[in-house]
Amino acid sequence: MSDPNTEHFVAPIDDAVVEVDALKLDQKKSNLWLDAWRDLRRRPLFYAALAMVTLVTVMALWPTLFTEVAPNSDCQLANSNGAAAAGHPMGFTFQGCDVYARVVWGARTSLAVGILVVAITAVIGIPMGAIAGFFGGKVDSILSRIGDIFFSIPYFLAAVVVMSVLASMRSVWTIALAIGGFAWASLARILRAEVLQVKNSDYVMASEAVGRSRMSTLLRHVLPNSLTPVIVTLTISLGAAIVAEATLSFLGIGLGDTIMSWGNDISKAQTSIRTSPMALVWPSLALTLTVLAFIVLGELIRDALDPKARARR
Amino acid sequence: MTNEPLTTDITQQANVVVEEAHDVDPNKPLVEIRDLEIGFETQGGIVHALKGVSFDIYPGETVAIVGESGSGKSTTAHGIINLLPDNGTITGGQVLFQGKDLAHAKQSELYKVRGRDIGFVPQDPMSNLNPVWSVGFQVREAIKANGIATDKRDVQARAVQVLKEAGLADAERRMAQYPHQFSGGMRQRVLIGIGLAANPKLLIADEPTSALDVTVQRVILDHLESLTRERNTALLLITHDLGLAAERATKLIVMYQGKIVEAGPSLKILQDPQHPYTKRLIASAPSLASRRISGTQVDHVGGPEAGVDVAELASKHGHGAVEAASKPVIEVKDLTKVYSIRKGGFKSEPLIAVDKISFSIPKGTTLALVGESGSGKTTAAKMVLGLEKPTSGEIIVAGTQLAGISRKDLFDVRRKMQPVFQDPYGSLDPQRSIGAIIGEPLRVHKVGDDHSRADRVKELLEQVSLPTEVAKRYPNELSGGQRQRVAIARALALKPEIVVLDEAVSALDVLVQAQILQLLADLQSELDLTYLFITHDLAVVRVVADEIAVMEQGKIVESGTADKIFSGAETEYTQKLLEAIPGSGIDWSKLG
Repeated sequence: MSDPNTEHFVAPIDDAVVEVDALKLDQKKSNLWLDAWRDLRRRPLFYAALAMVTLVTVMALWPTLFTEVAPNSDCQLANSNGAAAAGHPMGFTFQGCDVYARVVWGARTSLAVGILVVAITAVIGIPMGAIAGFFGGKVDSILSRIGDIFFSIPYFLAAVVVMSVLASMRSVWTIALAIGGFAWASLARILRAEVLQVKNSDYVMASEAVGRSRMSTLLRHVLPNSLTPVIVTLTISLGAAIVAEATLSFLGIGLGDTIMSWGNDISKAQTSIRTSPMALVWPSLALTLTVLAFIVLGELIRDALDPKARARR
Repeated sequence: MTNEPLTTDITQQANVVVEEAHDVDPNKPLVEIRDLEIGFETQGGIVHALKGVSFDIYPGETVAIVGESGSGKSTTAHGIINLLPDNGTITGGQVLFQGKDLAHAKQSELYKVRGRDIGFVPQDPMSNLNPVWSVGFQVREAIKANGIATDKRDVQARAVQVLKEAGLADAERRMAQYPHQFSGGMRQRVLIGIGLAANPKLLIADEPTSALDVTVQRVILDHLESLTRERNTALLLITHDLGLAAERATKLIVMYQGKIVEAGPSLKILQDPQHPYTKRLIASAPSLASRRISGTQVDHVGGPEAGVDVAELASKHGHGAVEAASKPVIEVKDLTKVYSIRKGGFKSEPLIAVDKISFSIPKGTTLALVGESGSGKTTAAKMVLGLEKPTSGEIIVAGTQLAGISRKDLFDVRRKMQPVFQDPYGSLDPQRSIGAIIGEPLRVHKVGDDHSRADRVKELLEQVSLPTEVAKRYPNELSGGQRQRVAIARALALKPEIVVLDEAVSALDVLVQAQILQLLADLQSELDLTYLFITHDLAVVRVVADEIAVMEQGKIVESGTADKIFSGAETEYTQKLLEAIPGSGIDWSKLG
């Protein structure tokens, strides 16, 4: 069918026809991590979370920068449940100890437990997930079933049992092992799913065609490209581990009485909640803010590492 | 694929809609697009995808919009029915459909027009049918939404009719099936059926066949053509394939960077292109070139050439490598690969992916292994590369037998043979710099020290015409064509004798494709490389191959020199493939 109305139209010939496939490099370099960092830097919430995390870290490393008062030895029963006084901004506990000093010194325990749990989770979960996902077949079946067994036991319940059994040797290490030893399975699952996706990429095949061994391909190409969800999960689980320690300590099966911990303090403060509620409020606030900071940080990193989520904002 | 003739009495089965040609004034445009501008909001501000596009579509006319990716051709198609992504808006101009401006119409008015007056066939048949609903349900849904029929029995009858018209012979039975039980071509037929369900006045088809094999593509397009002609439906065809557009459309619109650069009668534009961009596009389209491209002794240190006239190059240089009948670098004998497909429970069924194929490639030449999807060509390539173990047969690469080879010997063979894969976005590790990617083979094979490796990376970047500062950058900063150059540079790092190119140019735009093909030809003559070129695209084969082996269902059905195959294919299958190349019906020799 010919159309009488069709004319031959030619656009004015200008210089707009550029070179085919011209190389347009931005001044700024760009890759996943750089772009994520640029995104994070623009977000006020990131600075708030980072400030809180830094504060807690400094408190944990050098508590004497914040307080001269010894949290245990300077307790005087005369001060029992005392209100805030000069040099003691948060008042006193039932035992007459300085609440502010205890909050500062408690950061060390919470952070230590959090970091240890994350380390244990990563050390067990990353190899389990990566190897299961990458090698597949029987290796995957065996590793994934082991993971499923641990996954089916709620890690908190397991930690309660372990801590009850190990009542005589409660320390930061035992509590971290009890939590981390059962929490790694979900990390392994997440990583395995990611590895399954990444290992089908052409660059993995290209790496093998070059002659790189399977294990070396896993470490060089597959793992670095699968770490995004791992980093996010680990950041959030650091917060969750601190909560778990506090909960166990609150229940009386966490850390021993001699160890300074926000969970222990909250537990002890409940006896005198009517007379001096602040002794309970301060350590609770410290706990909440710390955990919130880690979780917010994890969520922000997740968004920053996902280009699609970045575009949506 | 069902090729049964359509029953002619289909209109009698459902008397809901009376099929007849649209009664409209043929001299008044159906759609008038006036200065249409569309912008997309992105992080870096508003991107203007369309910068004032104007054209008309007359009743019953077939118009094709041709352009490269990013030219705005799909945006135009979506803009007509005002169906843009969330971040896209019409920022200016009008879309007058029978006098009514769709660009400024209310949603409720648009609902009435979409489907009923303007049908739409989307690009990807694999993702545009909902996998959890049966095909019949999705057709019925479209019929109900357009208010063609409301009574349950009428809807059902119309759905059967729609699918029969779309070319599904046993429509009643297949309606209860789900999309995964349909082949790509069948799904596209269903989508065309849905698009035409309400007997619209205009059908917009956005790259309707680019995901399909050429032979299937031809059948679908023939069918689409006859359906629209019968009903006097106007067709707007969006495509990247110039040959296809010229063959199917009366009017051609060439778009470039959000603007129309040339428009007019298809044949006139092909014969006498006026705009430099159109000229370049026509010169680069491989289906229009008649002979193989040869390497030119160009200085690679300069920037990428602005455009490569494939036909001109082919006529200027004869190819010299074939004459030196040296002994083969790759020899494949009775190569077979059988997979076992699990059939539920403990049963499994053998699937012969590659069936006793044999070929050999002399040094410095190119063998193209051609076939449609599922023909076993990629499996064959993977076996040659040592990425899959053959079930039986022999592969001899540069004198080394691959069967039963030790790990260490395979490692050594890999120095002599390197791959380039199809997807330029997937074949480079996004977390490593370009320099690290190109240098990886050198590090793995412990060639040289850090300093000499960096020098080699520079040299390779120059060979593929990329500036050396790219080495510090990351893959996401490069375009598809540039990434493919990087992949070629990586393949050349170890100075191999053989490069296996698995659909290495299939994902690229025509102009970029021509550039890469030229680069490959230059490198071949410069470094005396041997290519095993895997592709589905016979048009590309024509410009790269010395020898061709055509695969169908795991077997090589025909092989011979490129000239012989293109001048007189012996088997019916090869002839069918050749005829299906878009634009093959046009006598190019008569064109300018």
